[in-house]
Amino acid sequence: MNGTSQMLVYLIAIPLFSATVLLLGSRALDKVGHIIGTLASTAAFVVGLLEFFAMLGRAPENRAVTQPLFTWIEVGNFNVGATLLLDQLSICFVLLITGVGTLIHIYSIAYMSHDKDRRRFFAFLNLFIAAMLLLVLGDSYLSLYVGWEGVGLASYLLIGFWNQKPAYATAAKKAFVANRVGDVGLSLAVMIAFVQFGSVSFSGVAEGVEAGKASSLALNCLGAALLLAAVGKSAQFPLQAWLGDAMAGPTPVSALIHAATMVTAGVYLISRSHFVFDVASVAQLLVVIVGAITLLFGAIIGMAKDDIKKALAASTMSQIGYMILATGLGPVGYAFAMMHLLTHGFFKAGMFLGAGSVMHGMNDEVDMRKYGALRKYMPVTFITFGLGYLAIIGVPPFAGFYSKDKIIEIALDAGGAKGIILGSITLLGAAITAFYMSRVMLMTFFGSKRWEADAHPHESPALMTIPMVILAIGSISAGFIFNLGDRFINFLNPVFHSDHSGHGEKEHLLPPIVVSALALTAVAIGVSIAIAKYGRGKSIPAVAPADVSVWTKVARRDLLQDDLNEALFMRPGQELTKALAIVDEKVIDGAVRGVGSLTLDVASGVRRTQTGFVRSYALWVIVGAVGILATIAVMSL
Amino acid sequence: MSLDNYLYLSALLFTIGAAGVLIRRNAIVVFMCIELMLNASNLAFVTFARMNGSIDGQLFAFFTMVVAACEVVVGLAIIVTIYRSRRSASVDDARLLKL
Amino acid sequence: MNSLTILGALPLLGSAALFLLPRANELLAKRVALGVSTVVAVAGLAIAMNFDRSVTGFQLVEKYSWIPAFGINFGLGVDGMALLLILLALILTPIVILACWNEAEGSRWSVKTFFALLLILETMMIGVFAATDIFLFYLFFEAMLIPVYFLIGGYGSGERAAAAVKFLLYSLFGGLLMLASIIGLYVVSRDQLGAPTFDVTELQKLSLNNQTEAFLFLGFFIAFAIKAPLWPFHTWLPDAAKAATPGTSVLLLGVLDKVGTYGMIRFCLTLFPDASKQFGPTIIVLSLISIFYGAFLAIWQSNGDIKRLISYTSISHFGFITLGIFAFTAQGQSGSILYMVNHGFSTAALFLIAGWMIARRNSSKVQDFGGLQRVTPVLAWTFFIAGLSSLALPGLSSFVSEFLVLVGTFVRYPLAAVIGTLGIILAALYILIPVQRSLHGPVAPGNENLKDLNLREKIAIAPVIALIIFFGFFPQILLNVINPGAQASISALNIGPSTGGDK
Repeated sequence: MNGTSQMLVYLIAIPLFSATVLLLGSRALDKVGHIIGTLASTAAFVVGLLEFFAMLGRAPENRAVTQPLFTWIEVGNFNVGATLLLDQLSICFVLLITGVGTLIHIYSIAYMSHDKDRRRFFAFLNLFIAAMLLLVLGDSYLSLYVGWEGVGLASYLLIGFWNQKPAYATAAKKAFVANRVGDVGLSLAVMIAFVQFGSVSFSGVAEGVEAGKASSLALNCLGAALLLAAVGKSAQFPLQAWLGDAMAGPTPVSALIHAATMVTAGVYLISRSHFVFDVASVAQLLVVIVGAITLLFGAIIGMAKDDIKKALAASTMSQIGYMILATGLGPVGYAFAMMHLLTHGFFKAGMFLGAGSVMHGMNDEVDMRKYGALRKYMPVTFITFGLGYLAIIGVPPFAGFYSKDKIIEIALDAGGAKGIILGSITLLGAAITAFYMSRVMLMTFFGSKRWEADAHPHESPALMTIPMVILAIGSISAGFIFNLGDRFINFLNPVFHSDHSGHGEKEHLLPPIVVSALALTAVAIGVSIAIAKYGRGKSIPAVAPADVSVWTKVARRDLLQDDLNEALFMRPGQELTKALAIVDEKVIDGAVRGVGSLTLDVASGVRRTQTGFVRSYALWVIVGAVGILATIAVMSL
Repeated sequence: MSLDNYLYLSALLFTIGAAGVLIRRNAIVVFMCIELMLNASNLAFVTFARMNGSIDGQLFAFFTMVVAACEVVVGLAIIVTIYRSRRSASVDDARLLKL
Repeated sequence: MNSLTILGALPLLGSAALFLLPRANELLAKRVALGVSTVVAVAGLAIAMNFDRSVTGFQLVEKYSWIPAFGINFGLGVDGMALLLILLALILTPIVILACWNEAEGSRWSVKTFFALLLILETMMIGVFAATDIFLFYLFFEAMLIPVYFLIGGYGSGERAAAAVKFLLYSLFGGLLMLASIIGLYVVSRDQLGAPTFDVTELQKLSLNNQTEAFLFLGFFIAFAIKAPLWPFHTWLPDAAKAATPGTSVLLLGVLDKVGTYGMIRFCLTLFPDASKQFGPTIIVLSLISIFYGAFLAIWQSNGDIKRLISYTSISHFGFITLGIFAFTAQGQSGSILYMVNHGFSTAALFLIAGWMIARRNSSKVQDFGGLQRVTPVLAWTFFIAGLSSLALPGLSSFVSEFLVLVGTFVRYPLAAVIGTLGIILAALYILIPVQRSLHGPVAPGNENLKDLNLREKIAIAPVIALIIFFGFFPQILLNVINPGAQASISALNIGPSTGGDK
C-alpha cells in the first residue's frame, strides 16, 4: 500500500560515510574536514527536501514511503528487516535534524576553528546526524533502537569531546549511563511487543493492538517500558540529572543534540507509539504525570542557575516536559507536541548558538554574573537571542506562543480535576519560564558591565551569526506558518488519526481567547518579577549570594537530583560491589583454596611417618605383616 | 621325621632374621639378616612342595634365589658406595630420603 | 574427503616443523607459525564454502573404527555451530600470532616453543569442536589443557605457576566428572544397544531413567560449567587470564571457554533432554547470578587489574550465553551460539589491546593509565570500540546476540529476562569507568611518551574490529548457518511452543 523510495538510504549513508572518512582519514584531512562534514549534512538536507516535496505531491493517505534494505535478523518467527520508513512524522524530524544540523555545522566551522581536533568534531556531528536519522527512519522498534543508542554514543563522544578534563569525561559517562537505564525500557518494550504481537515493526504492533491481541495489562506494561525509554533519552523526571552536566560539551553540541534534536527523541517515541498509548490508559496517565513534574522541575532549576548554558538546559528539560505532557493527552496532543517540538527546535537552538556566541566573545565565560550590558557589543547576537526569548516565553506572534498556547489549551480541556491541575501547572510553568528567561536576558544583555578584566566582547564572525539569524527567522515565523489553517495538524493527521475537526467542536473548558489571555497574564507576571529583581538599577553581585532561603539552595543543587541518585543508587552499589569483591576473594575462592590447603595439611601430617630410618620402615613392614596375619587368623576363627 | 619340624626351623630362622633387621645398625649385618629371612622362606617353600607333592614350591625357591643374588649384587654395591662416601655403614646415618 | 582431519593435522605438522628449526632463528619460527596458521585459516574458509546450510545434522563426516572393543570411533563432523566455532579459532590464531609477535621474548622458554604450542592448541581446538565421538571429544577436551598449561606456566607473568596449576586442577576436576559420566553412558549403551558406542547421534537413542539421567547430566554439566565458566566455578579464570600472556588469554577466553557452552548444547541438551528441562530453572538462576556477579566484580576491578577486569566481564557474558541456552527457545539458542562467536571477537580485541597497553606501560593497573586518547589515539579508539562491543552497543555484533538471548528468554521466563536486561546498565559501567580512567582525563605521569600502534599491530587488530562492525549489521550471514541446527535441537527437546507471538 505504501510506495517505496530508493533515496531514503542516502539520508543516512551520506553523513555516515562522511563520518567514517573523517575518522579514518589522516591529518592531511584537517584542512578540509569541516567542509566535508558540512557538505555531507547539507546533502542530507537536500535529500530530505526532495523527499518532502515528493511527499507533498502525493495524496495525504499515500504519503508514507518505505525502502527495504536487507534482512537484519531472522530467527524462528523473530524477523526484523532493515527497512526505512518515511512518513509525515519522520519527515518533520528529518527536516529538523538536517536543517538545524546543517546550520549548526556552519556555525561550528567558526566556533571550533581554534580546536586542533576540529576534524574529529565534525566526524562526530556527522555520526550523530546519521544515527538520529536512523532513529526516525527505522520502521521497527529494533531499528529505532540502533539509532537510539547511536545518538547516545554520539552524545557521549561530544559531551566528552574535551575529555582531558575529568569532570567533562564524567559528565559524558553520566549521560550514557542514564540513557542506558532508559534503554532497558526500550529493550523490554521490544520484547513485550514481540511476545504479544509477534512483530516489532511499528505497523505490526499497530495492527496487533488494533486486533486486540494483547491484554490491557500487557499494553500498559508496554507503554510504561516505552515511557522509561523516553524518560532516559529526553531527560525527564526521574532520569533528568544528566542533562545539566551534558553542557560540558561544546556549545554547538548543546544546541543540536541537547536542545533541538536528540533529547526530543522521547517525544518522537511516544508519538510514534500513539497506538499503544491511545489504549493504555495507565501508561498514558504516567506520561502526563512525568511531563507535568518535569515541566516544573526544569523551570525551578532554571530560576536558580547562573551558568547560562545550564539555565538553558533546565529550560530545555522543562519545555520537553510540555511536549511529553501533550503526548499524554490523547490523539489531539501528539500534533501539538510535534509543533512545540519543531518551534522549540528553532528558538532553543538559536538561543544556544547565541549563548555560544556570547561565550566566544567573553573568553568562554559561562557565568551570567560576569556578563552584563552586552547588547551594545554584540548586536546581532542580542537581537537573535532576543527573538528566541520572545518565542520561548510565548509572546504573540512568535512561534512559542502558538505551540505552547495549544498545549495549555488541551491541558485545560483534559476534563475535571485533571484538567484544572494540568492547566494550572502549565500556566505556572509559563510564568516561571517567563521569569527565568527574562533573568537570563537581563543578566546577559542589560544592566551594568560585570566583566572579568581580560574580557573584550566582540560580535562573532558571519559564519556564526548567519545560522543564528536564520534560526531567529524561524522563531518568528514557524508558529504562524504551522498554524495557518491548521495545516500542520492536517499534515500529520494520517499518522495520528486525530480528527482535528472533532477537537474543534469539542466543548472547551474555557474559550481559546481566555486561555491565551491567561497565558499572557502569566507571562507578564513572570517578566515583571524578573524586571523588578534584575532590571535597571539593580546590582547583581559577582558571586551568588549565600544568605538565601533553603529553597534557593535546593534549587541551585538541581533539586538534590544528584544527591538522591548518589544516596539511592551509587553508594549502595559501591557497597555491594565491595562486598561482592570480598565474597569472591574470601568465600568462593577461599573455598577453592581451602580444599587445596587442606590437602597440603593432610599431606604434611602424613609426611611425619617418613622418618628416613630404614629400621623403622622395616618395623612398620613387620607390624603390617603381623597385622594382616592376625586379621586372617581372627577372621578364620 | 615330621615335615613340621622344617617349618618350625623356617619360622625360627625368619624370626631371627627379622629381629636382626630391626635391631642391628650395621648395613652388612642387616643385609645378611635379610638373606636369612629369604632363605627361611625358601625352606618353607621347599617344605610345602614336599608336603603337597607339587613342584611349584621348588620353582619359587629358585626364583627367590635368583632375586636374592641380584639383590646382593645391587645391595652390596650401594652399601660399599655409601661406606666410601660417608665413612659409615650404619643404616641410621643414611637417612637422606627424608623430606 | 578427509578435509577435517587434514585441517586439524596441518597445524600439528607445522608445530613439528617448528620444533625442528634452530632455536636461535626466532624470526624464522615466527614466520613459519604465521604462515601455517594463515594457510589453515584460508583452508578452513574454503571448507566452509562447501557447507550446505539447508541440511541439519553433521556434515563433512569422517568415521574410522579406532578401538572396536569399546565401540570407539575416530569420528569427525561439523554442524553450523561447530563450523563457526572452528572458524573462530582458525581466524583468531593467525591474529594472535601476529599480535603477539614479541610476547614470548624474555621468557625462560624458547620463542619457537611458544608458537609451536599455539599451533598444537589450534589442532586441539579444531578437534574438540569437530569430534562426533564422545570419547574423542573427551580426549581433545583434556589434551587441550596441556598446551595451555605450558603457555600460562612457561610464558606468563606474575604468579603464573600457581595460576597454571589452578587452571589445570579445576579443568581436570571437571574432566574427571565428565569421564565418570562417559563411562556411565558406555555402560548404559552396552546394555541397551547391544554393543557399546560413543557416537553422539547413536547415544541420543538411549532411554535413561530419571536418576541415571540426572547424574550423567550433572557430570557433563559441571565440567562444562567450570570451562565456561559459570558462577560459582569461575575463580580460576581471572587468575589464569591475569597470569597468561594476552595472546594466550585471547585463545583461552575467546575459544577454549566456548567448549563449555558448546558442550552444553551438543551433549547436555541432546543426550539428556529431560534432565536439562529439570535443571533448566536452576541454571537460569545461576546464569543471572553470573551476569550480575561478573559485572559487579568487573566494576570493582576498574580500580585494579585490567586483565582481571576483562575476564570478569567475560563471566558476565557467559551468564548471558547459558541463559540463552537454557531458555529453550529458537531465539535464545541461536542468540547464544551467535554470542559465542561475537564474544570471541570482542574479547579478543579487548585482550590484545589491553596487552599492548600493558606492554607499553609495564603495568596492568587501570589507574596507571590515563589520558591515552591524547597520547596514543589509535590504540585508544580500538580499545573504545572493542569496549562498546562488549557493552553490546546496537550496531555492533554483540548487540544482536545479546538481544536475541534476552528475547528468547523473555518468551519463556519473562522475569529472568527483565532481570537480565538490567545487566546492560552494569555493562555500561564496567566498560565506561575503565575507559574514562585509562583513556580520558589528563595524561598520567609516565605515559607522555608511549608509542601508538605500529603497522603490525594495526594489521592484527583491523580484521577483528571490521568483523565486529560488519556482523552488527549483517548477522544474518551467521544466523543462516546457526538457525537450522539450533531449531533442530530445540524441537528435539519437545518442550512446547518455543516462540512467542502466537498467544
